[in-house]
Amino acid sequence: MNTNNMLNPQLHLNPKLFDADVEQKPIRDGYGDGIVLAGDSDKNVVALCADLMESTRSEAFAKKFPERFFEIGVAEQNMATIAAGLGVSGKIPFIASYATFSPGRNYEQIRTTIAYNDSNVKIAGHHAGISVGPDGATHQATEDIAIMRVMPNMKVFVPCDSIEAKKATLAAAKIWGPVYLRFAREKSPVITTEATPFMPGKAQIFWQSKKPQVVIIACGVLVYNALLAARELEKEKIGTVVLNSPSIKPLDEKTILGLVSKYPAVVTVEEHQIHGGLGGAVAELFAKRHPVPMEFVGLKDTFGESGSPKELIEKYGMGVKDIKNAVIRTLKRTYEV
Amino acid sequence: MWGMKPIHDGRLEYLEELANKIREKVVEMLLEAGSGHSAGPLGMADIFTAFYFHILSHDPKKPMWAERDRLVLSNGHICPVLYVTLAYAGYFHLEELKTLRKLNTRLQGHPHRLALPGIETTSGPLGSGLSQAIGMALAARLDSTHSTSSGQGKYRVYCLTSDGEHQEGNHWEAVMFAGKNKMNNLTAVVDRNNIQIDGFTENVMPLESLKAKYEAFNWNVLEIDGHNMRDLVDAISEAEAIYEKPTVIIAHTIPGKGVSFMERDYKWHGKPPNKEEAKKALHELRTLGRRIKSEHE
Repeated sequence: MNTNNMLNPQLHLNPKLFDADVEQKPIRDGYGDGIVLAGDSDKNVVALCADLMESTRSEAFAKKFPERFFEIGVAEQNMATIAAGLGVSGKIPFIASYATFSPGRNYEQIRTTIAYNDSNVKIAGHHAGISVGPDGATHQATEDIAIMRVMPNMKVFVPCDSIEAKKATLAAAKIWGPVYLRFAREKSPVITTEATPFMPGKAQIFWQSKKPQVVIIACGVLVYNALLAARELEKEKIGTVVLNSPSIKPLDEKTILGLVSKYPAVVTVEEHQIHGGLGGAVAELFAKRHPVPMEFVGLKDTFGESGSPKELIEKYGMGVKDIKNAVIRTLKRTYEV
Repeated sequence: MWGMKPIHDGRLEYLEELANKIREKVVEMLLEAGSGHSAGPLGMADIFTAFYFHILSHDPKKPMWAERDRLVLSNGHICPVLYVTLAYAGYFHLEELKTLRKLNTRLQGHPHRLALPGIETTSGPLGSGLSQAIGMALAARLDSTHSTSSGQGKYRVYCLTSDGEHQEGNHWEAVMFAGKNKMNNLTAVVDRNNIQIDGFTENVMPLESLKAKYEAFNWNVLEIDGHNMRDLVDAISEAEAIYEKPTVIIAHTIPGKGVSFMERDYKWHGKPPNKEEAKKALHELRTLGRRIKSEHE
């Protein structure tokens, strides 16, 4: 069976997606590429960083546009509020740090001076999820989607690979108003290609079986695990749709509701707490419009710990096997209903 | 010697009377609202008057004029004095002051940029104003360096802060940044009135020596009597002339200024007058304004 057939041909996904030597690149690299391109096309784009130039991939921008780059030092609250002032003065500031610090430590500053104040600031939360690895739970942001999603005026994008991250960064520069962008640290498979379209607010079907029974909605680095799970399930005669939903807010309600009206069982997959993130957003939509059996793959109300990214993803129940089991559980519940 | 013209005698008298009218309106609107802060707004009336009627380059008919000077109010809770001053300056009608803190008002309990023309930033949570002023000053720097159109980015940025908010970490992060980056198009004014909600600043959490602290962060420090508008204008002029550092003006003010029973009493930080107190306060202020002297005698 050629499982590549199940991949959406219109999206020009990486043809080597399921090969052992699939290209691997950190998602955060896309941020670095994206801000340079955004800076090229608009002189009002500026970048700020809180003593994490290299690991947030802010270096290339700082080199190319030194007068438009501001090193703030280890001061995330100052970074957010300086950006708020720039953002109401005609600039398009991107602020970068680890997501546990920004939007973690500077939450209130983001709330008052960026979101409520409607300042045109883009917040890049790096090292999100437990795949940060050995640094441990202090540096693994696992609540950031939730805290940014509940904030009025804020948009939230979680790209699945470095190319989508570049496009999301460019898109954020062009959208008026506050945007939260979430990036993972580790190298991960490149799923999309330059030709794959990206539209803020849109979800895309990456994979569709001939006879789907369950819809897997995923975001970020775990989209790849969702695709691997779909591929294995296909071999076990369980058909799925894998929907990549990089736009958590606004959520692509139309596409999601369209799918569940046909395939009424859903698994959400995200490297985040199961509460309040992608799963929460989808569950809220279903509760209001179309209740269906649903399972949540993510961190179950717990912090992470040190370890290798792969070990952590497995230990905390976000591996391929966990996604498969969740799909099977929803199916059983479908029959029970 | 400096760019800003001094306040001549006749003008000074006019401005002092205006500051007193502003105080009266502050008392009236707080009574009407039934909640809000009294001491800070009364203490800062002279400084607000001097800014909006002498120092700032601004146009109430064009509140979003790109070249306007920016005044960032960091301690948003003293917004009654900002609202009254803006109304007297012509940003909106004085009648609207009665709507303070009421449903559907543009005069939110703490100022909101999107609600009312003339508000440069949303504030209330303390310690974040100076950084935002820095952001605006950086934008001005970028625009004046790179702009092809003349005039862009030519504005100055002023940040009014309270003394109490100097207990916030965010504020000192901003002080550090501005000192390092020689933000000479930014001037901060500290309302040094020595009170905060829970008591006197030096008891709650001492701030002294404030001057030495700012100097250690590479700021130029000036100290003035915050009720002397000429002092303020001189200090602002001096700040404009200093290129190597940002300037902070520590303005020594009397909280509750003009109302004897409110002056220097921290209990008036965060509460409005009741009907009786307002009557008494207005009587005192009108007497100060020499307008109904007979009432006093």
